[in-house]
Amino acid sequence: MTKKRLHGRVIKHGKAQGIALVSPEPIGFLGGVDPDTGIVIELGHPLQGECVAGRILVFPTGKGSTVGSYTLYRLARNGLAPAGIINTESEAIVAVGAIIAGIPMVDQVDISQIRTGDAVSIDGEVVTIE
Amino acid sequence: MLAGEQGPAIQKAMEIVVALGKIYGATKLVPVTSVQVAGVSYKNLGQAGLDFLREWAAEGARVRVPTTLNPAGMDLQAWRELGIPETFARRQEAVIEAYRAMGISPTCSCTPYLVGNVPGFGEHVAWAESSAVSFANSVLGARTNREGGPSALAAAITGRTAAYGLHLDENRLARYLVDVRCPLRSEADLGALGYLIGQKVRNAVPYLTLPSFHPSILPLKTLGAAMAASGAVALYHVAGVTPEARHANMLAPDAQRMVIADLSPAYAALNAPVEKIDLVSIGCPHASLEEIAEIARAVEGKRLQAALWITTARQIKEKAAEAGYMATIEAAGGRLVADTCLVVAPIDALGFRTLATNSAKMAFYAPSHSGLQVRFGPLEQCLEAALTGRMKRET
Repeated sequence: MTKKRLHGRVIKHGKAQGIALVSPEPIGFLGGVDPDTGIVIELGHPLQGECVAGRILVFPTGKGSTVGSYTLYRLARNGLAPAGIINTESEAIVAVGAIIAGIPMVDQVDISQIRTGDAVSIDGEVVTIE
Repeated sequence: MLAGEQGPAIQKAMEIVVALGKIYGATKLVPVTSVQVAGVSYKNLGQAGLDFLREWAAEGARVRVPTTLNPAGMDLQAWRELGIPETFARRQEAVIEAYRAMGISPTCSCTPYLVGNVPGFGEHVAWAESSAVSFANSVLGARTNREGGPSALAAAITGRTAAYGLHLDENRLARYLVDVRCPLRSEADLGALGYLIGQKVRNAVPYLTLPSFHPSILPLKTLGAAMAASGAVALYHVAGVTPEARHANMLAPDAQRMVIADLSPAYAALNAPVEKIDLVSIGCPHASLEEIAEIARAVEGKRLQAALWITTARQIKEKAAEAGYMATIEAAGGRLVADTCLVVAPIDALGFRTLATNSAKMAFYAPSHSGLQVRFGPLEQCLEAALTGRMKRET
């Protein structure tokens, strides 16, 4: 299989790799993801029941309460944070959360190129899909 | 700073400032002269927020500009008397300790402008707390966006913020002309007006023309607080009153016009069908010394039937004690509560079921935040409710 390379914009600089978990819908972390299990708990969310831990979490943008930044931090403290985050267009809650939790993050990426289950790596602004 | 040559704490702060600049399309950073930090109550922060603040402080995060704090979840000295659980109190103290370690003065007030944090006209600042943001932008003519907890702190640590939104001239023009045609008789009327405007204009900038009414600037805090609660208004202008409106035409050429001639929809929306009052809450935003003096005069020599809590900044509470107002209010059975506010304190655990307030902001938040049934009216009616334990419903 050929590798596909996409270029984005760095929100939190770093390197990460993992298996993609792609949501077509925005994600709100406060009340949307359980910080003690890493499982998406928002009722009716396309990722409901999935665990974000260690995944490259791919979604259009964030939503919900600003306290959601701290949910990402708490996931990281519990060892349950996503390995990396890729957004179409980032907003302040997830961006601040990724920075304080130390999760490499890029945005302005065409996320329709990525499927759940793809092996994806992030290196600065470069996203590589295996 | 971004490269980490000044250490991990400053690097993280700079990463936040730069990321927000990218997200909001800023082309440069600007220095800030003061910061107001929110995210102080343990009720809102939780253990994750506390852990984060401790870690950032331990990494060496220190503020570079004068920085004040939003209200905490309790009176930092008299929490036992207020019935705050000990476990909550210990964690709240740890939050304050982390902020103190960063060099922040623990003012714990939503009215930093009453306790020495008073930015000048045109100064760039980074303030959190929606009512304070509104006051800084509108009444003082300083420039700030509505910052969140971590973003305000990042600005304090780097001394900079990204120049977007209300830092730029073009975004300070009003998109709505609000022609107010009804009389404004009390601070509650100003709050009711703010509630209606916030609902209509959401996060836009309104320009108000008021009927032959020139409020002194302090009651404007209740107007702005209500607009920022029912909507997300961070800046408003009042013709002939607020400073930018005195310097220039702040109305956008294509501004939409609206008329407000009746405040009763606000009173209807903010009043529950109750008459018996357990708690009267004054001081949202935090009470000024003038407001406390007025309350002292009203309750002097009388005996209250309902609890009366006046929330204020500790500095103002100390001045009220020196002036004798506090003794008068306490003799009647009321109390001055410092450092906190009933929106962020765990008052749902204290046994109150009904609340009367002269603050439209408090009346807007208390039902959802604390599960209380709320009555909203002018100070005079609220004090009458404190004296009798009842607030009559208008027919």
